[in-house]
Amino acid sequence: MEKEHINESILNEEILEDQKKNRIDHMTYLPGMEVLESDILDQVISAMDAYDYDKYTESDVRRALVHDTKTPEDFAALLSPAALPLLEDIAQAARVETRKHFGNSIYMFTPLYIANYCENYCIYCGFNCHNKINRAQLKPDEIEKEMAAIAKTGLQEILILTGESRSKSTVAYIGEACKIARKYFKVIGLEIYPVNSDEYAYLHECGADYVTVFQETYNSDKYETLHLAGHKRIFPYRVNAQERAIRGGMRGVGFGALLGLDDFRKDAFATGYHAYLLQRKYPHAEIAFSCPRLRPIINNDRINPMDVHEPQLLQVVCAYRLFMPFASITVSTRECARVRDHLVNIAATKISAGVSTGIGSHVEDIEEKGDDQFEISDGRSVDEVYQALLENDLQPVMSDYIYV
Amino acid sequence: MHTNEDKWILGGHEFTSRFILGSGKFSLELVKACIEKAETQIITLALRRANEGGLANILDYIPDNITLLPNTSGARNAEEAVRIARLSREVGCGNFVKIEVIHDSKYLLPDNYETIKATEILAKEGFVVMPYMYPDLNAARALRDAGAACIMPLGAPIGSNKGLCTKDFIQILIDELDLPIIVDAGIGRPSQACEAMEMGAAAVMANTAIATAGDIPVMAEAFKKAIQAGRSAYLSGLGRTIEKGASASSPLTGFLQD
Repeated sequence: MEKEHINESILNEEILEDQKKNRIDHMTYLPGMEVLESDILDQVISAMDAYDYDKYTESDVRRALVHDTKTPEDFAALLSPAALPLLEDIAQAARVETRKHFGNSIYMFTPLYIANYCENYCIYCGFNCHNKINRAQLKPDEIEKEMAAIAKTGLQEILILTGESRSKSTVAYIGEACKIARKYFKVIGLEIYPVNSDEYAYLHECGADYVTVFQETYNSDKYETLHLAGHKRIFPYRVNAQERAIRGGMRGVGFGALLGLDDFRKDAFATGYHAYLLQRKYPHAEIAFSCPRLRPIINNDRINPMDVHEPQLLQVVCAYRLFMPFASITVSTRECARVRDHLVNIAATKISAGVSTGIGSHVEDIEEKGDDQFEISDGRSVDEVYQALLENDLQPVMSDYIYV
Repeated sequence: MHTNEDKWILGGHEFTSRFILGSGKFSLELVKACIEKAETQIITLALRRANEGGLANILDYIPDNITLLPNTSGARNAEEAVRIARLSREVGCGNFVKIEVIHDSKYLLPDNYETIKATEILAKEGFVVMPYMYPDLNAARALRDAGAACIMPLGAPIGSNKGLCTKDFIQILIDELDLPIIVDAGIGRPSQACEAMEMGAAAVMANTAIATAGDIPVMAEAFKKAIQAGRSAYLSGLGRTIEKGASASSPLTGFLQD
């Protein structure tokens, strides 16, 4: 664990003992995991390995900026250190693309955490199975109460989240949550553990149509050192989750590297290229990006996003926008109000509001409440974010989707 | 002819305005400007945006005297388009429907084949079907035969503001089909809208060009004037235009009198 900014402090004797048997081969599928005939993973990894961002010059970046349609090579240049001094030009260009494709529309949603049980041991995450926090799982009637309360704020899009415990939060349980959500919301997204394509098909039938899977990092060696136990440890199964979701009939898929875990330029490049390849293979699939940076968690407030400062974050967001002008880009409450308000004015198109990353936080009468996944930086209500958008001459949009 | 007398009919309704407002990008200011300054009478409504009971419902922004043109955006095939159209009728959005079938998230290009299938089904069910399509003559004829009320070819990819990239092919549709041809998508400037009308288009649809303008009301008015100018030019019969070079001083056929 060479990176002190993450979390070796909770690697105690008991965990080290546990690791002897649970630190399984992260490249070998576990029983029951669907294996896709797909070369996307190999293509992404070889392109990422070949990506030498130091070789790009200012003129490469300028050339990339003038291309109408950005190639993967242009994307690589826009993510390089040589692009940073041109950040103003890049942001201007990104803003033009955003307005062309989305006008002044900004989509609003909120995440709903329905369970924080987790079988994984991801050392940077507050939900990890060794972290001593209050665990909880909402019952169907509690999910309904929470959703009713959220719907009252005017939102029409919900993102259902669970910790990654297949045994606690089963596919059937998540499916029930989707069915309840159908009563209150027009758009239902999922951010759950990766499943097989037939399970995605089932969840789609229950009402979900968007699946986001954070790859965290595309560097498999690094990935292995951060995800020490659980099914999440299986690197290729996670990388191929979006493709399984599309094959299962989901309308859109979201991608995200957790910036700051590893070399963020390589991770951002791999994320964009992964989305690019999938969109070429499945042209109907809608593409979304999230751009999370590391945040402090309960029992470890030293976690920080290292070298991904605000300019670098903006660079990544703009590079995604210019490479895939039609993609949805979300800025989460990991970022503060100031940063989010500026990002939606440049390249982001989706913003959450009224957010809590804990369990049972939207109504009072929930039996057992669960602790947060991470500390948020923007605690504004739906109404506050709505007003902020209007003041920014942006048009809040609650739904742009119809379930058919 | 005064433009107010220059009516056109679609699905049994008479319209004097030849500007249709798209609603992909919307705001109260945009809708207001297009009704007041561009005098639009038809506004498209993406059913997926109509969020009854939610905040910022586009329906709250559109007055009653405007004809709503629900579209099937979000449909990826004929079957989905048919379902969305039926839903739109059920919720009281009338019989008009603009068919949009798109299963390409990058360019948002319409799928003519699926659009023809949806048109056939919906026309039989009594819808006034307005299909958005890629300007291909064979597909346009098939749409006509399937019962389309008009044809809506794209000028350029949606939202691109690139203008009449498909000009020559749209002209073929105007020349060969007796249905109204409405140029939809890609119109970036009033001059391009004017050109489409000069060519003989029945109407022009735009959204991004006005929604993203610096001064929305001024741009809305500019579109109205451009569309009227183009229409008047078309009705007056364009004068002699010299495409290339000048006319020869000695007529080529002069020898015939020798």
